[in-house]
Amino acid sequence: MIEPGGGIEGELLSTTGRPSRRWRWRAGLSGFVLLFLYATAALAPWIAPYQPGEQFRRSPNAPPMRLHVAAPSAWLAQGVLFVHPQRMVDSLRRRYEIDTTARVPLRFFARGHLLATADPKEHFFVLGSDALGRDLFSRLVYGARISLSVGVVGVLISLGVGTLVGVVAGYVGGRTDDVLMRLCEVMMALPAFYFLLALAAVIPPGLSSAQTFALIVVLMSFIRWAGFARVIRGMAASIRELEYVQAAQALGAGRARTIVRHVVPATLGYTIVAATLAIPGFILGESALSLLGLGIQEPSTSWGSLLKDANNLANLDKYPWILAPGVCIAVTTMAFNFLGDQLRDRLDPRAETRS
Amino acid sequence: MTAVTQAPSGAEPLLAVRDLVVEFETPRGTVRAVDGVSLTLAHGATLGLVGESGCGKSVTSLAIMRLLDSNARIRAGSIRFEGHDVLDLDERAMRRLRGARMAMIFQEPSTSLNPVFTVGAQVAEALRIHRRLSRAAAWAGAVELMRLVEIPDAERRASAYPHELSGGMKQRVMIAMAISCEPALLVADEPTTALDVTIQAQILDLLRGLKERLGMSLLLITHDLGVVAAEADEVVIMYAGRIVERAPSRALFAAPAHPYTQALLASLPRLERREARLTPIPGRVPDLLELPSGCRFRDRCPRASERCSREDPALAEIAPARAVACFHPLVEEGRP
Repeated sequence: MIEPGGGIEGELLSTTGRPSRRWRWRAGLSGFVLLFLYATAALAPWIAPYQPGEQFRRSPNAPPMRLHVAAPSAWLAQGVLFVHPQRMVDSLRRRYEIDTTARVPLRFFARGHLLATADPKEHFFVLGSDALGRDLFSRLVYGARISLSVGVVGVLISLGVGTLVGVVAGYVGGRTDDVLMRLCEVMMALPAFYFLLALAAVIPPGLSSAQTFALIVVLMSFIRWAGFARVIRGMAASIRELEYVQAAQALGAGRARTIVRHVVPATLGYTIVAATLAIPGFILGESALSLLGLGIQEPSTSWGSLLKDANNLANLDKYPWILAPGVCIAVTTMAFNFLGDQLRDRLDPRAETRS
Repeated sequence: MTAVTQAPSGAEPLLAVRDLVVEFETPRGTVRAVDGVSLTLAHGATLGLVGESGCGKSVTSLAIMRLLDSNARIRAGSIRFEGHDVLDLDERAMRRLRGARMAMIFQEPSTSLNPVFTVGAQVAEALRIHRRLSRAAAWAGAVELMRLVEIPDAERRASAYPHELSGGMKQRVMIAMAISCEPALLVADEPTTALDVTIQAQILDLLRGLKERLGMSLLLITHDLGVVAAEADEVVIMYAGRIVERAPSRALFAAPAHPYTQALLASLPRLERREARLTPIPGRVPDLLELPSGCRFRDRCPRASERCSREDPALAEIAPARAVACFHPLVEEGRP
């Protein structure tokens, strides 16, 4: 789950098993899905009908409500969509009954949300609610902000550090290379997940959720940069021998200029692909930590912390909708992987001619 | 080897290499790739450095530029360039010389340009390194330089990427980069080897023209005696890390003194001699780790005697400006 880049290198360096053209639609779809997810996360306060911490104490563990389309004649008076209200009939077993005679009309752009009940006293749960009566859909949308940004920020940090260390080690070589690479090996020899657990366990409890978030990202990046650094170091060492790098030196270009102008751009193809393929690892890592209660704490949510409710079979059996964050994680992970695969093919200089 | 004196005038030559020794640390042992090489290059002159692959000619040129790999060590000798002791300069001072006063072009134009930038940007970068020019001024300068190296339609070509240009055009771009700061010395390491024969002639013409126009000196490294015959004022022949013969170009081609030079000339195709076969040199270059005793060429030499396996012939002057390292030279002393 939290292998520091190990799997990625292997995948990147193999050129066999190039997906054929018929798989290309997956990359397009993935790009679209990711765009949609990130837009959702960005617009969370508008898209989510409720605040993530807002409780409806009379409706704990409510099942998802079906959205109904009203008859066109009622559109102007009542709105296009409505739900039937649910009433708890057994508070011990959390059984609900749907009252099909009554309607809760929904309005677009009501009270600054994309979709909300026309009457502020009513409520609707598209994906059901949790044990405290909080809207799962709203929590999912707000959780996306953390889960989706953890990957991007984490990759930026770890690839940034990895590129810096790798390029310097590969280009400068000699003793510098030795020291930096031994450091990388020490990092990679650490049992990453346990190390992460240990580090996460010492996060002081009083931190704000933004600080916790930042700490988690930094910790995960700290574990992963070494894998990137090793690959980039190898690339930089071979780029250093390229004639255009020698030509730059013969023109009097200094180390910094040569690295920035000639070495780093040559590693970008790898970096872009590695970044795309590494993002899911961060999302999964954060989910795993949050699932274990070491990551994002209440009242903030992330997909991993939302999944915490789904970690026993009895709950899962009674309220299967609490798996929704897991579906989101799976979809995002797959989308990034498909996109990364396609990018790798596109950026591979050995790629066959494309039509 | 120090017996040779050859400053053409009283003034200090542009470049003077004395008894240069370069060694490489390899897993198999220490390889002495350049062993006591001395050469001088006068202002505005062209020196041809000729030899087979691995004879040390490129290592010599890289040592002059101080661009040797980290596993190379300059063990002995001195390199003087424009009054500087090149081997004593620190890296910062060296960077100010490289590109500005001494520049280099390489064998393979297609790999000597960075594929991700336009050629104009790369020529402009060469200008920006040494002259603090604005982006626009550097670009204008780059186009001007590309015109100087006779690239047709230079404005448009400046925004082309290297893969969009032919090999000859790329080599012209490399030359434009190298002459951007009007260096005093241009080191051309096999500048035409990777090009078609017709393009070779054009590039050599261009180099000759630029040399005269900018008053540069040219160190022309090649294994192609034909190129040297046309371009060089003086020729230095290297074999297995040593200089075996040094002579003015005309004299060398009229009458080679060293058996190796003669063998090289005999292996060249000639239009006037309609022989079916060329004469190859028998045997192969000795392994620098297991050099034979005495003369390094003796195993392949038709004139080798018993003395050649006992003693190592030193480079000795046989005529003015002419030296050979052989006990049995083809040209006798005093008879150029």
